Amino acid sequence: MDEKRRNFLKVAGISTLAGLGGTAVVGRLVAGSGIAHASGSAGHEVEAAKKSSGHGAAPDPSVNRYGMVIDIKKFQQDPSLGEKIVAACHSVHNVPQFPEKKDEIKWIWMTQFENAFPEKPNVYLDEATEEHQLPILCNHCDSPPCVRACPTKATFRNKDGIVMMDYHRCIGCRFCMAACPYGSRSFNWRDPAEFVKDANHIYPRRMRGVVEKCNFCDERVGAGKLPACVEACGESKALVFGNLNDPNSEIRKVLKENHTIQRNPSLGTLPSVFYIV
Amino acid sequence: MYDSGKIIPGLIIFVLFITIPIWYNRGAAGSVPKPVLPKDAKTCVLPAAEIRAEHMKLLNTWRDEVLRTGDRGTFEIEGKPYQKSLMMTCMKCHTSKKQFCDTCHVYASVKPYCWDCHIAPVE
Repeated sequence: MDEKRRNFLKVAGISTLAGLGGTAVVGRLVAGSGIAHASGSAGHEVEAAKKSSGHGAAPDPSVNRYGMVIDIKKFQQDPSLGEKIVAACHSVHNVPQFPEKKDEIKWIWMTQFENAFPEKPNVYLDEATEEHQLPILCNHCDSPPCVRACPTKATFRNKDGIVMMDYHRCIGCRFCMAACPYGSRSFNWRDPAEFVKDANHIYPRRMRGVVEKCNFCDERVGAGKLPACVEACGESKALVFGNLNDPNSEIRKVLKENHTIQRNPSLGTLPSVFYIV
Repeated sequence: MYDSGKIIPGLIIFVLFITIPIWYNRGAAGSVPKPVLPKDAKTCVLPAAEIRAEHMKLLNTWRDEVLRTGDRGTFEIEGKPYQKSLMMTCMKCHTSKKQFCDTCHVYASVKPYCWDCHIAPVE
């Protein structure tokens, strides 16, 4: 009996040691090769980032990437323009108007400069900027953090570079809202059906429990039209929409002629919405 | 058998109880639904038997093509171009959701979530 117990303890001890030591050694080996792999892929990522950064430094003209230039000065000159574009967008897309602020759904809206560009604080802001608001909307980032966060691929970047929502797939987890650094997304806490006035009968509304946001008027752009907000601006050219990857497009011309800024570019999301300050 | 006086009536009551749906609805089986077909259109996007069986799959295919792959190409029926759209194609001919969609869906007790978001034509 004693003999057996002694042998059992020996075998158990040795195998425990072998198990621990063995896994440690194997773990080291795997980690070592893993590090090699990781550094390799990291190198590739850096290269890829270099290629894609610089916004059109080396764009692929065969692939569309839609973008927008917003001329803040035009919105300061004509303060009614802001209301017009917001109303145009929200009526075309059946965006509900909830009575309470906490339920608010926004696709495009007007805000103060310091809210849109919190990373550019200025105590001595000029009067025009201080008095007037500017429009903000989904930035349709080239590297969208919301798309990475979405567990169901309900939000995705389509072939035209538009960050889209497939409301059929949205489970309402709101990871995308947490991921979006620009607050471009709204959640339907209540059923929006009865809060949509004068519904546009060629575009759906949303249901309770889904996240919604600007879709760069994909349904209009796909049909060869301009986004509703751009159309609402008329001839003022306060909003210019176009393909950033096409060097001959109007938007690229505007970008070449004006100094533009993006919202929080240091995050590396590569926004497709540019502002002329 | 012991207690056959209790067991047999008990069994009869049990069988009657679990067959409530059968005898309670006896004779009340709804007549086969007759959806109202559009008067001015003769051909649908697919032959009748196929569209009857496959319309939900077709709608999903349209949705994925339009939304996810961005393929908004139109198709032609009798020389007229149509879009891949529930609200802009289907409901343009079938102008009444109540008299068309709902007749079968209510009968078969299926509750598609289309109309949570998509807007039915005004009736």
